[in-house]
Amino acid sequence: MKHIWKFVSAWPWETLLVVLLLLTIVLGNALSPYFLTPFNFSLMVEDFVEKALMALPMTFIIIAGEIDLSVASVLGLASVLVGVTWHAGMPLWLVIGIALVVGVAAGLLNGALVTRLGLPSLVVTLGTLALFRGLAFVILGDQAVSDFPGAFTNFGIGDVPGTLIPWSFVLFVLLALLFMVTLHWSWIGRQIYATGLNKEAARFAGIGVRRLKLLLFILSGLIAALAGIIFTARISSARADNAIGFELEVITVVLLGGVNIFGGRGTLVGVILSLFVIGALRNALGLADVSGDVQNIVVGTLLVLSVLGPNIVQRIQVVLSRRRLAAESSKQA
Amino acid sequence: MATTSEHVRGTTYPPRRSGSRLVGLVSRVRELGLLVVLALILIIVGVQVPQFFTISNLVQILLSVSILAIVAVGETLVVLTRNVDLSVGSIVGFAAFVAADLFKQHPGTNLLLGILLGCALGLALGTINGLLVAAGRVPAIVATLGTLYVYRGLDFLYARGNQVSASDVPESFLSLATTPFLGIPALIWFAAIIALIFAFYLRSTRTGREFYAIGSNPDAARLVGIRSGLLIFAAFALSGLLSGFAGVLWGARFATVDATAASGLELQVIAAVVVGGVNIFGGSGTIFGAMLGAIVLGTIDNSLSFLKVSQFWLQAIDGAAILIAVTIDAFITRWLQRLLIIRRQR
Repeated sequence: MKHIWKFVSAWPWETLLVVLLLLTIVLGNALSPYFLTPFNFSLMVEDFVEKALMALPMTFIIIAGEIDLSVASVLGLASVLVGVTWHAGMPLWLVIGIALVVGVAAGLLNGALVTRLGLPSLVVTLGTLALFRGLAFVILGDQAVSDFPGAFTNFGIGDVPGTLIPWSFVLFVLLALLFMVTLHWSWIGRQIYATGLNKEAARFAGIGVRRLKLLLFILSGLIAALAGIIFTARISSARADNAIGFELEVITVVLLGGVNIFGGRGTLVGVILSLFVIGALRNALGLADVSGDVQNIVVGTLLVLSVLGPNIVQRIQVVLSRRRLAAESSKQA
Repeated sequence: MATTSEHVRGTTYPPRRSGSRLVGLVSRVRELGLLVVLALILIIVGVQVPQFFTISNLVQILLSVSILAIVAVGETLVVLTRNVDLSVGSIVGFAAFVAADLFKQHPGTNLLLGILLGCALGLALGTINGLLVAAGRVPAIVATLGTLYVYRGLDFLYARGNQVSASDVPESFLSLATTPFLGIPALIWFAAIIALIFAFYLRSTRTGREFYAIGSNPDAARLVGIRSGLLIFAAFALSGLLSGFAGVLWGARFATVDATAASGLELQVIAAVVVGGVNIFGGSGTIFGAMLGAIVLGTIDNSLSFLKVSQFWLQAIDGAAILIAVTIDAFITRWLQRLLIIRRQR
């Protein structure tokens, strides 16, 4: 009991997310008998893995005090490039290589504009959101490429032999561990927090703030391109409008995970819990035949509440402590 | 960062008339630059395709940017206060469907009632945004990202997969957009009048100037007694109201409305505002600039179809326009700062 209380007071937000996750599981179980089956878990993970992957670098970027709205467009562009290059007869390794290189280039453009010209990342990545998605449409128009080989699509939908665990989930777990070690147990992580808390102070402490941010944007582009390859393999179709609007959900996941939009605060544990909360919630609502756009009402409300809730709690605490102070001072008088 | 608002700067350095005049001059560089860009597009495309440079096509361009322009006026108010409203596309879409659906279900409804309904809906949704940001202290980008989802979801819930098409609604509703007045469609008049009212308000009234003060320096604004919270709330409420009105006009102009109407409009609106020289960090920019931004983007859009360039280029060009505009801004700002330093050293 004592241990639990210690955990709760040290990790209040993560505790809240665990409670939310449990509530979601209860809700899902009530909505559909299929919710708590291994097969459904496998489906849920597959559906959510691209967003989960993009949430990892997004967490870094937001903690460092910036934002990347262009991730879903990089995903779309990578998907289109995979389709076009495969259709042109290139070997699979080259197809994947080109997509990843373009992802890096996209991140480099974002990062260079933000760090070299000092432009706000909100505007820069809003611009590249339109630019990259636009390029995807310019390249492929309203066509689709879907004649992918089995070896490629199997990676998208295949499971680890003998289990119901998708390969893409294994990849996510490995990357999540890597990101967690980097953020919480390495000097790079400390630099990211320091940069987000106070850019000037971080610079005076000898942190290469500009280089760090540039690398984070490149990382984000690379992972988004990787997500694009997985997405294309999973739905076995390369289209210019693949994953439109995913950036909103990725950012929602990160913020609901307790990461402060102004940077400097948040944990990857929270973000991963939040991934499961939103993934399970969408899956449960989907099983109950609630359409994706209506599910968005729940997701959007959660996003707003994730910031509004703590603000209100804080406000109440301030009012209460003021009242207590007033009562004490009147007693003394 | 307030570099282009000559009034705010002017009061900061009262004795340096020449310095503030310099800032004033440079602030015009952006708008002048846009005018030059606009003229270049008109001339280049006009030379290649004579039909482009006709009165009827110029009216067509203005018609196509009118709805965007009305929403951009509200967005400018919000951005001036150092906030952003990402939910405008969802509000326009929701209001468009609700208004069009009203005329479908009750064809005899008074036109004014439909307009009021759309405006009231927009105002209500904008009020929620305003409360979240001003009273709930939720950062604008988070609050309006959330309501972008929620409002669009409500739109889907309300529409239940239905669609309103031109044959479902009375002619009087459709004519709201196209009825000519003095030879110019009503839609353009609506946009022009709204832009003029708010341009005057921001330029020449006390509360109008306070919007700039909040965005320029929030702490200083509070210290001099400006009620920042109230004005930020008002900016969001007005943005919602104007989006609601724009939604009604959207329904009238496109006639075919479903729950996906105006998806992604927020991107074009912010592109117009940023290209028009409104600083995304607040505190500087004009309605005139934002309108010019909308017109430039609309003209590019229109000329693409004349030059037989695929419409697929449109989004890429919008994105590139945002990037080019902010990059040029960054260079102008640097150049200006260097000039000011040289002046002070003299």
